[in-house]
Amino acid sequence: MDSSFFAKYRRYRFLRDKVTTVTVTIGGLSVVGTLLLIFLYLFSEVTPLLKGAEIHQVNHYSMLNPGETTRYVAMEEQAEIAFRLTAEGNALFWQAQTGESVREIRLPIPEGASISVVEESTIDSGILILGLSSGEVLIVKHHYRTRYPNDERVITPSIEYPYGSNTFVMSSKALTKVAIRDDEEKMTLAALDNAGGLSVIKFQKEEDFLSGEVVLEKTQVELTFSHGEITELAIDSDQHWLFFIENHTRLNAVDLYQDVPVILDSYAIEDEDNRFVDMTLLLGGISLLTVDTQGSIIQWFMVRNTQGPWSLQPVREFSNGSLSNGSSAEATLIAEHRRKGFLSYRNLRAGSGKGSELVLYHSTAHRELLREELPMSIDQLGIAPRANALIVLDSENQASYWTVENEHPDISWSALWDEIWYESYRQPGYIWQSSSASSDFEPKFSLTPLAFGTLKAAFYTLLLAAPLAICGAIYTAYFMAPALRRKVKPLIELMEALPTVILGFLAGIWLAPFIENNLTGMFLLFLSLPVTVFLSGYFWHRMPSQLRCQVPDGWEAALLIPMLLFAIGGSLYFATGLESAFFEGDMRSWITHELGISFDQRNALVVGIAMGLAVIPTIFSIAEDAIFSVPRHLSNGSLALGASPWQTLVGVVLPTASPSLFSALMIGMGRAVGETMIVLMATGNTPIMDANIFEGMRTLSANIAVEVPEAEVGSTHFRVLYLSAFFLFLFTFVVNTVAEVVRQRLRKRYSSL
Amino acid sequence: MANTKAGKTNPKNRSVGQWINSGDPWIWIYAGAVSICVITVLGLLLLLGVKGFGHFWPSDILEVTYAEPVTEGQERQVLSLIGEIAESQEVSIAQLQSAGLVINEADHEEEILTRYLFKVGNRDVTSRDFMWVLRPYLSEFKFPEDLVVIERKEWGNFYGRITELKQHGITIWRANQSKGVAFDVESNDIYGRSMQRAQALQNEIERIEKGTIGDINHRFERLRLQQRRDELDYGGSLPIGHSKLAELNASRSLLDREYKALQLELAEIYREIERDTIVVETADGQSLEIPYAKVVHVLQPNKMSVVQKSITYCKLFFLFITDDPREANTEGGIFPAIFGTVMMVVLMSVMVTPCGVVAAVYLHEYAKQGLVTRLIRISVNNLAGVPSIVYGVFGLGFFVYFVGGNIDNAFFPESLPAPTFGTPGMLWASLTLALLTLPVVIVATEEGLARIPRAVREGSLALGATKAETLWKIVLPIASPAMMTGLILAVARAAGEVAPLMLVGVVKLAPSLPLDGHFPYVHLDQKFMHLGFHIYDVGFQSPNVEAARPLVYATSFLLVVIIAVLNFSAVTMRNHLREKYKLLES
Repeated sequence: MDSSFFAKYRRYRFLRDKVTTVTVTIGGLSVVGTLLLIFLYLFSEVTPLLKGAEIHQVNHYSMLNPGETTRYVAMEEQAEIAFRLTAEGNALFWQAQTGESVREIRLPIPEGASISVVEESTIDSGILILGLSSGEVLIVKHHYRTRYPNDERVITPSIEYPYGSNTFVMSSKALTKVAIRDDEEKMTLAALDNAGGLSVIKFQKEEDFLSGEVVLEKTQVELTFSHGEITELAIDSDQHWLFFIENHTRLNAVDLYQDVPVILDSYAIEDEDNRFVDMTLLLGGISLLTVDTQGSIIQWFMVRNTQGPWSLQPVREFSNGSLSNGSSAEATLIAEHRRKGFLSYRNLRAGSGKGSELVLYHSTAHRELLREELPMSIDQLGIAPRANALIVLDSENQASYWTVENEHPDISWSALWDEIWYESYRQPGYIWQSSSASSDFEPKFSLTPLAFGTLKAAFYTLLLAAPLAICGAIYTAYFMAPALRRKVKPLIELMEALPTVILGFLAGIWLAPFIENNLTGMFLLFLSLPVTVFLSGYFWHRMPSQLRCQVPDGWEAALLIPMLLFAIGGSLYFATGLESAFFEGDMRSWITHELGISFDQRNALVVGIAMGLAVIPTIFSIAEDAIFSVPRHLSNGSLALGASPWQTLVGVVLPTASPSLFSALMIGMGRAVGETMIVLMATGNTPIMDANIFEGMRTLSANIAVEVPEAEVGSTHFRVLYLSAFFLFLFTFVVNTVAEVVRQRLRKRYSSL
Repeated sequence: MANTKAGKTNPKNRSVGQWINSGDPWIWIYAGAVSICVITVLGLLLLLGVKGFGHFWPSDILEVTYAEPVTEGQERQVLSLIGEIAESQEVSIAQLQSAGLVINEADHEEEILTRYLFKVGNRDVTSRDFMWVLRPYLSEFKFPEDLVVIERKEWGNFYGRITELKQHGITIWRANQSKGVAFDVESNDIYGRSMQRAQALQNEIERIEKGTIGDINHRFERLRLQQRRDELDYGGSLPIGHSKLAELNASRSLLDREYKALQLELAEIYREIERDTIVVETADGQSLEIPYAKVVHVLQPNKMSVVQKSITYCKLFFLFITDDPREANTEGGIFPAIFGTVMMVVLMSVMVTPCGVVAAVYLHEYAKQGLVTRLIRISVNNLAGVPSIVYGVFGLGFFVYFVGGNIDNAFFPESLPAPTFGTPGMLWASLTLALLTLPVVIVATEEGLARIPRAVREGSLALGATKAETLWKIVLPIASPAMMTGLILAVARAAGEVAPLMLVGVVKLAPSLPLDGHFPYVHLDQKFMHLGFHIYDVGFQSPNVEAARPLVYATSFLLVVIIAVLNFSAVTMRNHLREKYKLLES
């Protein structure tokens, strides 16, 4: 062979070496990087929850019909078309982004009358009540039809009259405030005239079964209470309560369910300089928001005490503060259409220049998302149904279109972890209830009950698994005969390979009813097993030594098996008699009725036992390894100095191995916290906060497994579930790291010994 | 390791107090902990085995009279029952009374009564599969030989007697009690022939429905996608008269004709299969006609010898693992679940082994050892302890929605908005599990690499081999048993994992296997069935849990067996490799 061949070959080998190095490095780094990706991905899914809101002005233009006074402004679903009602009785629709006119409709208001006030019915229904200067009201609905000719969206606005184009007479004088609530069965209207007269009319809806037409049956509600000057009016969604503000300082709740309505509860501002300036209902029509001159926004709802009467309950307060550059005018509140969010705006007081301040809030999360100063003074403001755009009409007949980025206002630290007073609840609580059939539902994303359930499951698991696994490991590593150890260790570790779904299935289907039927037996078992072990030990000790010498040391465990089987059988057998003697034949109902402890079939005890079985091999095998690898010269030295094996164990072996035992427990806990299938199958999965061993729980992991497939991608619910996964990840990661570091330090110590 | 006798002088003379002070009781308590663990493990396996495998044993059918103890305000009924005893329980009279049963305590000597869960079947007649009966109210226990249990494709088991066999609605065989003519499965030729015929027709139906018609449907779908693709290329719907549209319509009408012909053929077979029926009688004398087409098999366990029963047992078990599920998974077999599990595990192994080994080799052989490597090592180690559901959530969000969604947009725009890879499926499930088991493989392989003595590597390098050559020829072969160990652990973990799969690809009933005769043969985008999920689903989500329970036990045992077999084969392989490279290890 000539040298050029070898040179070539060498080059080839060199190249191969290089290629391998590069491939392995890239491959290795990318694999490690993939694992890092899990962390980053989970984090990236969670971060949008923490972001505040942003608004951007897209366009501003001069308004159409500038001479008319705006009474109401709104936008349709796509935030494409804006809608404005003028005092002169015109409904104007225009392209929200450009200001181009789309349609103009003249409303059928009586000759000579003008619209003096406009209020919304249920938010998002599009139904409006128009209070007229003639003392009548007109109910209209702004409606949009969307078509896609040639794959292009065309939206046609229209005005509908759900109760006909005739007006209802409320008073003989001009109206200054109106309120409406409307549902399938009934409708309530309230109106205030400029002489201070309040009138309320209820309508019962009946469908004519021949024509299918809705017929309204009118009842004039007689109001007998006297009241001062009323400034604000609102009716709640059940048409149960009429809220009004009297003399600017007193908030009253009137019970409309009674034949002669009375003021049931009221709240008065005590500070003399302060007064209420605006009031609005939040989405759902349950919560009322008020704002006063000092800028404090209070959320109220009616709460029924355990047996007592209803009361007007202040729930939470948001402070609006004062404007940074001088004094400000009174604030106005506007509720979002699809969420429990709202916004408030106020203009600079006349004379201190143009400008206003806009603040976005979320009620449940008790969060202020955005505070921004706008360059114009706001006359009217409309929010798009999806809360992704604003239309602002200023006092100089200019309109501006703003986009809003506010994806997840409903999450805050307090929404996730603190006690929250949710609408329609009697008191604040920790509640997880992520979805419901109705759209105006208040999502309850409290992770506290889930975290509590997780820890509860882990606690009962470790209560059972830790002593069994650690004691078993000590015996197996230190006392057990080597021949037996070779069989026992793989047998217990075999359980590690047992799929948890099988353990969960057995726990849910077999163990749970078994425990329910043999509750006395189970408790007897917890008592009889240690006693049997103890007595067996003692009697073995009293046996003649010839017999004892037959069995070599380290076989105690084998000797105990028949005794324990006997104890198990005996306990279950005698339990029935004991049950009829002490617990009226049925311990389960005894617990429920006599002790007053509620009992679920699938409870924490079942989970503890089943998950204990899953965790025992993990703890056992780490602990056993640790004790077994305690350097032998240490224990031998101790024995040689005359210590008994027990003294050696307690004085030498355990102190040396204790960090490892700790890390074994930590790893076991990590496993118990993350385990999904067993909890899913062996508990009722109800998110309750109760440490009772006879009740179930819902853990973070089971909650993820149940809800993630149904959560809408990118929604707050979806991200909260990712957040709980992220917490699980962090928790187990930290716990395992601590355990690992402890173990590594111990290993170093062994090697130095 | 220690001598327990040390320190004991004369045990006889020691008091209880001394004995306690010696620490001996603690040793016994520790021993007790081990014994309890061992008893639990063995008990668990025994429970699974007995509960699961008892189910296939054709147990005797009991005919009995039951004078029902009534609940208040009802009249006492005397029922005659035919069925099997599924479970027995002890209950106290007090408990029964509190449930509303009128039981006169004076009638019974004991306070505890035995209660049987009696499987009476005939769900279509009685609307319940099981009933609880009290032992003292049963009388006239009989095991008549002519009783049959018919496993049906609908409505579960039938228990009772066969009275007539019919063809075209005309009775051609009739049982006659007075003459002693009773139905016998083995010797009744008419039954045998009809059953064979029905099975042949059934196979034909299956061939046409699953094979040919399935194929046609597949081609229809391909044509639809082709048209959509053409439309996307064209940039709008194809105008009438476009050459491609004409072509598509031509092939479509061809398929349509083929399909119609098959439909006719099928209708004919369905008419044929209705020809023969079995007339049966329930315990209380109601008559019922069951077409052969609905019969899986007819057994007369009371007539069978132990050998016959054993043979039937094996047959039933074989059916269980090779058949498709029926009746919302509560009956029939679990073949698709076994297939799905094994295929997913194999795919996962193919993905995880190279990745894990490369990462381990990099960490141990190529990376600069230092704080960073140590941190990575600890992190990798800890990822093995991260809950599996977290991997599931990651798989769903990252693989399915992000990667899958982008693949769909890039490669399968024609089938949008129906997702192809942007939905949970086989590929994502195995990828997720590969990620889940990656730390296990990395850790095990690294341990193997660490065990190789420096001298071996240095010897190779000293002889002039490059690093790559040392790696390929020396290091990797010696470390192969360790890699196998990693893979074993990975497979054992993956096969039993359910929680993440629920998010990334497992369904309760997959219409077809992920491997079939239609192009491209391996359907990694499809959802699949899985033994573990099957257990969860049937055990907890099925409408008839009581009836399905034995099958779930059997499935559980089978899953344990599969995991054990996977483990065992890998252990054998590892031992073999270890033997081969034994000399090289220090």
